Amino acid sequence: MAEFTLPANSKIREGKTWPAPEGAKNTKTFRIYRWNGDDGKTPQVDTYEVDMDDCGPMVLDAVIKIKNEVDSTLTFRRSCREGVCGSCAMNIDGTNTLACTKYIDDVKDDVKVYPLPHMPVVKDLVPDLTQVYAQYRSIEPWLKSDTQPTPGKERLQSPEERKKLDGMWECILCFCCSTSCPSYWWNGDRYLGPAILLQANRWIQDSRDEATGERLDELEDPFRLYRCHTIMNCTKTCPKDLNPAKAIGEIKQAMVARR
Amino acid sequence: MSLRSPLGKVRGLGSAKEGVIHWWAQRMTAVALIPLLIWFVASIAAMAGADYGAFREWIATPVVSVLLVLMTIAVFHHAQLGLQVVLEDYVHTEWLKIAAIALVKFAAIGLAIASIFSIVKIALG
Repeated sequence: MAEFTLPANSKIREGKTWPAPEGAKNTKTFRIYRWNGDDGKTPQVDTYEVDMDDCGPMVLDAVIKIKNEVDSTLTFRRSCREGVCGSCAMNIDGTNTLACTKYIDDVKDDVKVYPLPHMPVVKDLVPDLTQVYAQYRSIEPWLKSDTQPTPGKERLQSPEERKKLDGMWECILCFCCSTSCPSYWWNGDRYLGPAILLQANRWIQDSRDEATGERLDELEDPFRLYRCHTIMNCTKTCPKDLNPAKAIGEIKQAMVARR
Repeated sequence: MSLRSPLGKVRGLGSAKEGVIHWWAQRMTAVALIPLLIWFVASIAAMAGADYGAFREWIATPVVSVLLVLMTIAVFHHAQLGLQVVLEDYVHTEWLKIAAIALVKFAAIGLAIASIFSIVKIALG
């Protein structure tokens, strides 16, 4: 059966508290999930009080400040700090989003920061993305075409054809959507999840691609595609305001259209 | 433990190359059930307080018997398609999943045939 309770070794304990520096008047409390595979302990939530008069406006600013000035053992991924790389995806205030584009002020109470849900954790806020990357590889996300373009020329596309890719090419593969999807939680080993299906549709809708039928063949499966029950968590959580649920709907339409 | 590559695991046994018919049938039965259920509930409500004889007579009307048979087929087909999805979602023990889905399908067929038989029996007197 699907597991609805946490296994004993995932039960979360109260961790350490790091008070704000003396004299700080404007503080915000961050409660951050901590776990590492080395000390043999169950996960804990550490509390960090951060001086907001000496901190940038985004959650990532605070997390970097904590790592630099308070607790260098705190581990997380980040790179571009402007919402284009997708590295700092985490669960903030109960919602999957990018730490670099999430305003601290948008969180009313303490800022709770957890790794992306239902993924194996490598350490602290770093999830193991091996499976989603393999799933991305499995949809063969590259142009497949038997027609060779005129040498030295690009493959042409009309403005209308190009427009179909809007809302899909912007995806940065942060996996906020897939890890917010209950269907992906329960059946992620076989269901591809919203992020990968949006990417699949990006190639299905591409007028230059000539493998549309093969792509649909590979997706036509009760688990790979049809575990999507239009729950819409994906669309609600997407930090880039994209609509994976609509992309999946387009794949389902194509499945019916070719019958 | 498995040393199989992540890509090998994800590709698994490959695509089942089915699922459209299931998905489409679920939508189509849902669409069919909108007018059928409105008609059914409205008719029953309109006959509130009527006795056994009046109900038998109503069911025996040709239009009513045909609509009831159609509704029965749509209801049980839709129900077993939906329950199958729920079981596939949540039951991860393979033998239990197959047994539960089989039970649902057998029950749906049995109940549908029993219902249709009753309607036809009344309709043909």
